[in-house]
Amino acid sequence: MKQSLIKLCLVFAAVVLLAVPQVSQAKELKGDLEIFSWWAGDEGPALEALIDIYKAQNPGVNVINAAVTGGSGVNARAVLKTRMLGGEPPDSFQVHAGQELIGTWVKSDRMEDLTPIFKEEGWMDVFPAGLVKLIGTDKGIWSVPVNVHRSNVLWCIPANLKKWGVEAPKTWEDFLKIAPKLQKEGIVPLALGQNWTASHLWESVALSSLGVEKWEELWSGKLKFNSPEMIKVWELFGKILPYTNKDAASLSWQQATDMIIDGRAAFNIMGDWAAGYMVTTKKLTPGKDFGWMPSPGTGGEFMFLADSFGLPKGVANRDNAIAWLKLLGSKKGSDAFNPIKGSISARKDTDLSKYNAYLQSAAKDFAKDAVAASLIHGAAANETFVGSFAQVMEMFLKSKNAKATAMACQQLADKAQIGK
Amino acid sequence: MKEASLDRLKAFLTLLPSIILVAVFVYGFIGNTIWISMTDWGGSGALAFDPQKNFIGLDNYVDLFTGFLSGGFRQDLVNAVYYSLMLLAGAIGLGMFIAILLDQKPKGEDILRTIFLYPMSLSFIVSGTIWRWLLAPQGGVNVLPTYLGFDALDFQWTASTKAILEFNWQNIVQILFYIAAFILIMVGLFVLKGDPQKAVKRWLGPGVVLGGFAWLGGSLLPQALFMEEMHGFNLATLGIIIATVWQYAGYTMALYLAGFNGISQDLRDAAMLDGASNTDYYRHVAIPMLKPITISAVIILSHISLKMFDIIFAMTGPDNAQTGHPALNMYMTTFRANDFARGAAIAIVLFLVAGTFIVPYVISQYKQRRRG
Repeated sequence: MKQSLIKLCLVFAAVVLLAVPQVSQAKELKGDLEIFSWWAGDEGPALEALIDIYKAQNPGVNVINAAVTGGSGVNARAVLKTRMLGGEPPDSFQVHAGQELIGTWVKSDRMEDLTPIFKEEGWMDVFPAGLVKLIGTDKGIWSVPVNVHRSNVLWCIPANLKKWGVEAPKTWEDFLKIAPKLQKEGIVPLALGQNWTASHLWESVALSSLGVEKWEELWSGKLKFNSPEMIKVWELFGKILPYTNKDAASLSWQQATDMIIDGRAAFNIMGDWAAGYMVTTKKLTPGKDFGWMPSPGTGGEFMFLADSFGLPKGVANRDNAIAWLKLLGSKKGSDAFNPIKGSISARKDTDLSKYNAYLQSAAKDFAKDAVAASLIHGAAANETFVGSFAQVMEMFLKSKNAKATAMACQQLADKAQIGK
Repeated sequence: MKEASLDRLKAFLTLLPSIILVAVFVYGFIGNTIWISMTDWGGSGALAFDPQKNFIGLDNYVDLFTGFLSGGFRQDLVNAVYYSLMLLAGAIGLGMFIAILLDQKPKGEDILRTIFLYPMSLSFIVSGTIWRWLLAPQGGVNVLPTYLGFDALDFQWTASTKAILEFNWQNIVQILFYIAAFILIMVGLFVLKGDPQKAVKRWLGPGVVLGGFAWLGGSLLPQALFMEEMHGFNLATLGIIIATVWQYAGYTMALYLAGFNGISQDLRDAAMLDGASNTDYYRHVAIPMLKPITISAVIILSHISLKMFDIIFAMTGPDNAQTGHPALNMYMTTFRANDFARGAAIAIVLFLVAGTFIVPYVISQYKQRRRG
């Protein structure tokens, strides 16, 4: 009895001795952590999964999930701006990687350089170099990417296409050939939703017409928006629009995707959150019930956007926020978040077995394709440009005048100082 | 005398806190917005701790009305005018009609009154969402006729791209002259009966001259734009107008009903004795007596129409140029495109438009009180 008590004491002492260095290494974090994002609703569970891991790692921290609803962060970004202007930044906030982050927050000198964290965690080798370039400037790296979405994807229902006797178009010429036939049979060739989905379609069309290189030149200021190439883009876009549904302006992107599921439309171009919608909400099996391919004319090109989290200057709980950022960039955090969110991990060493068929194919493409930055989702251009591009788009939808729209684009680019 | 001045001092001290608060939070902020609208605060670096603001005068306003890229704002402004007119006509017309019906004291008047007033208790976001579903292209109102065996309608209530009553923004100066001439002539005709000389001298004469000048010398007037830009009454706004009228008709009904109930029964009996029919009674007795109510309804409704934001946001989203409104545009320009100076300029334009409604009202109220 006595001996066993001594043994127990010895074991206990050994455990304490072994545990102490670890405890002192990861010092106990206390206080609050406020995470600001637009991941509510459908995307909420993915964020919750991350928060659960964080709470398990740092039981002393009270996590405040300050999510503001509204697709693509329309409302969240406005709330964030008023908070930042009011000198009350959240500990960490979600932002689209790229110019949305740099143009608005880095240029305003509101963010902390995260290069030390990237070096410490060995992330320089883990994230693709192209992505790191996009979230950094010559002065530092400004956010931690958590996921990667693809913008240029064409969605269809293979069974329906077979019934109608058409094949998914590889180029826009192919599409313009089969579209009149579909339309004659009362099927909408290309399902479209409200304004921003038109801009979304436009960037896929522009990428197919320009190619990755010229697309990049556009954003570095080398290619003018009123150049003949760009007028051609608008003309091609104008040729495609008549084959979209007339009630587009009153449909959400989900309703546009529903049109192909219901067999009212043949194709839909949407980002790959549509796969998440079809798998999770509509219970369809990727590859069997619905099919996908790069949008016409963009084979081998991956137009991407990424969500990321940054560290504003002067936050209340800096250590807690850094622990949060470290979790976001880690393999564990990334693979817990992305399969639920329906996106691929930004890391190169991700565990593909956790992802569904669509995401596996997207991850493969991301590794080998030429990568281009999405315009409408904040990667390619700053908010001044993207915010007013909606008005330029409406101008085109109303006037269908390619030349005037290209001119307006250039004027907007001058105002937004694109490429400067 | 001494007591009176003490009273005044007391009154002043009592009012002082609210005077200070209003001065800071209303007029101070209006002044600050005017100042911001005359700077170039925007673009990259706009959200810095100490953003750069350079004074540029009225450039933002000039750009709003004549800039190539501001076509969206001009359409929004035209929309705002139509929203106001349609909401006024719809809500006052329908509200008065329901009030007259209820004034006949039908059975269950109380319940009906509550039912008609009820939409007002909903928030615009809620009614906007309901109406968006009702006016969806393939559902709601459009499929109603199928229950009666007719074909479904295919009108795009909130997504139509058609417009009527279009005009070219290039000619806006000329059009404003026409409108001014029209108003002068109408006022002149109104005054003509009472004081013919004054009517011709003050109203009719200038009106005809102005109209003639705009008609003959229209090409001499400066053009607001270098290219043609058509704006008009977008049919897509019909859906939103229907929803707003639905929400506010009950409110004007309540206003009129209270007014009708306030008219003494003796007056009605007297009118009836004199041989007035029901129509005559309302046309010549009741409605003219309720002129103050009509005026306040006009003021309140026109303000609501200038503040329209949530219902449009809920029904057609933030970027729908067809149904846009300056208030929505202001929010998007400021908080999405980071163009704070331009957003402030839009806000000031809206403020001035609202002022054109409220200032004449305040002046007439003031005059009345001094007379009375």
